[in-house]
Amino acid sequence: MSDHHNETFISKYIFSIDHKMIAKQFLITGMFMGIIGMLMSILFRLQLSNPGESFAVLEWFLGDKWAPGGILDPNMYLSLVTMHGTILVFWVLTAGLTGTFANFLIPLQIGARDMASGFINMLSYWFFFAATVVLLISLFVETGPASAGWTVYPPLSALPQAIPGSGLGQDLWLVAMTLFIVSSLLGGLNYIVTILNLRTKGMSMSRLPLTMWALLIVAILGVLSFPVLLSAALLLIFDRSFGTSFYLSDIVIGGEALHHTGGSPILFEHLFWFLGHPEVYIILLPALGIVSEIISVNSRKPIFGYKAMVISLIAIAFLSFIVWGHHMFITGMDPFLGSVFTFTTLLIAIPSAVKVFNYLATLWKASIRFTPAMLFAIGFVSTFITGGLTGLILGDSALDINVHDTYFVVGHFHIVMGLSAIYGMFAGVYHWFPKMYGRMMNKKLGYIHFWVTFISAYGVFFPMHFLGLAGLPRRYYTNSAFPIFDGLSDINEIITSFAILGGLVQLLFVFNFFYSIFKGTRATQNPWEANTLEWTSPVERMHGNWPGEIPSVHRWPYDYSKPGAEKDFIPQTEPLKEGETEH
Amino acid sequence: MDINLKNNTSKQLLWIGMAGISMFFAGLTSAVIVRSAEHGWDSIVMPEWFWYSTAAIIMSSIFLIIAKMQVRKGISPTPYIVSSLILGLLFSYFQIMGWNQLTSEGRYFVGPGSNPASSFLYVITFAHLMHVLGGIISLLVTTIKSVQVKYTKENYLGIELTSIYWHFLDVLWVYLFIFLLVSLK
Repeated sequence: MSDHHNETFISKYIFSIDHKMIAKQFLITGMFMGIIGMLMSILFRLQLSNPGESFAVLEWFLGDKWAPGGILDPNMYLSLVTMHGTILVFWVLTAGLTGTFANFLIPLQIGARDMASGFINMLSYWFFFAATVVLLISLFVETGPASAGWTVYPPLSALPQAIPGSGLGQDLWLVAMTLFIVSSLLGGLNYIVTILNLRTKGMSMSRLPLTMWALLIVAILGVLSFPVLLSAALLLIFDRSFGTSFYLSDIVIGGEALHHTGGSPILFEHLFWFLGHPEVYIILLPALGIVSEIISVNSRKPIFGYKAMVISLIAIAFLSFIVWGHHMFITGMDPFLGSVFTFTTLLIAIPSAVKVFNYLATLWKASIRFTPAMLFAIGFVSTFITGGLTGLILGDSALDINVHDTYFVVGHFHIVMGLSAIYGMFAGVYHWFPKMYGRMMNKKLGYIHFWVTFISAYGVFFPMHFLGLAGLPRRYYTNSAFPIFDGLSDINEIITSFAILGGLVQLLFVFNFFYSIFKGTRATQNPWEANTLEWTSPVERMHGNWPGEIPSVHRWPYDYSKPGAEKDFIPQTEPLKEGETEH
Repeated sequence: MDINLKNNTSKQLLWIGMAGISMFFAGLTSAVIVRSAEHGWDSIVMPEWFWYSTAAIIMSSIFLIIAKMQVRKGISPTPYIVSSLILGLLFSYFQIMGWNQLTSEGRYFVGPGSNPASSFLYVITFAHLMHVLGGIISLLVTTIKSVQVKYTKENYLGIELTSIYWHFLDVLWVYLFIFLLVSLK
């Protein structure tokens, strides 16, 4: 029996409990925030490449208060950097990525009518929406938005009088983040319970698509790590607003000694990074799952080493909880403890290398279909390798100390986490767009989008490694105050040029996305000739996903180019033939 | 959704939620461990009211165990659920009295007379009490449904879920109490 029923405009598009609609709500909110976050980065890049120069665009966006005479105000520079990081890490690559694909794919790929609790699912989106509204409001307060960095380290974040951005903007940041954490937890609970309980007949754990494994593990990571951030934020709120001294001690502002004694800012770093590092994998794992699926479908080959892929996902998730200290090598950490964190960090290279090897082995001698989704998936493999290699340098305490807090770090994490995850997200959107909207996205625009993004993204982040090796510190308002960095100004101009180019081409994607929703070519039921269950549901959206019975599953999802088969793909719903063995 | 699936799903949701709550308190207590290793950490004698509240919440859990046994036999569990609720309220009262005792001894959450040790003590016990409030609301709903004879020996999911959460809060408090006793010594 299907759950399809008459829906009003409000129950269908606004307070929907249909997982597919909630996924679209997450996606479009994430895209909206992505554009804002990206625009912020272009604004502060203008200051970094042309320090102190006047730009009409800065004054147009930020007004006379924050860009007097078209020159970016230093406090607003810090705010833009902070909000860019916050929006991209949490709003786009956590909620935008996981919120979209977990909601959209979980019931469709495991064979369920909907999530275990549609109501909790709806709440999850609306908490996210409320968090978004609060964060956006903070852009318009008189003292400016938060400016202590996306990591909100105290004492800067804990003292409202420290800088303008530490005032109301920081309060609103904390409120928004609390709402965001509630949203993530509600979503995560639902994802886990749905995958564990609502799988259709025959869908054993060993027949789950790798996207499901990745999203299950991400949900577990989120449920175990976000509450720790909440505890850190709670103590920060008490320090800011009630005058406690959890993170503060012996501070003098403007010649006046504050009453705070006995606190430790390092304590916040421990709590923050206990979430912060798993958060890296909360961002990355969904992309790993999506890419595994897309590479297999478009290589027309089974994914190489399915079990190894699952085990490596679990290993990465486990290790992510015991490496947080590598963010804190220069906090006066005991060198022995530093070496322990170095060891655990470098261990992550093993499961990561397994994944890369398996992707390459899947691609090897394959009849590759270079769809835009596949290009982004291959782009993911590229950035995962490039960014992973510099991770080895930063994970080693002896090497990290030399480049800590320089542009080397910025280059590393933007490539391995930012680009990889956003490529996974783009790949997912191109691949599942026909299922989401019943239409195809324009391929040519997709190709232009990929190549310009790929080239400009490397153009932005690759040179940053050299800036970092030359000692250029991150977060600084200007690089021109120190003659030693004068020779680096050309590189900064090149980076900004690529950033603008990369930013502009995203508008092409946005155009393609919305144009295709209404005017794209109508999709067939299974346009990519894929095996997973979602492609057996009707093209037209319906609440309940399948008319009649939910299909049963008889095989794993990677039977591509199976010897002896008539076609080069065999959907999971097709029973094994007599004498046929399962992979 | 069939009844067995609903039972399993609801219980799993609760267990995973409790894992998240555990991590929240793990964050706070590990913060105490990190902070107490540094200089300027104060020792505090736990208020005697907290001993009473510990006894109250343990008794409250025991009554809920009996309530579940009763409903399984088809006997009304209402008196035991009500007893558990009253003990839950008593626990909350004792916690507040404990804070009163702390302030009367000059141990404050904030301001002169406060110390990270006392601030942590307030935050942790307050955060636990906030979760207990959720449990009390749940017990209240269970009591009303029990009075309305909504539970049968075949279907008593509400009592089971409330019990699991309440026992969790009980164990969590015992852990926090022992932890605070040791770390504030």
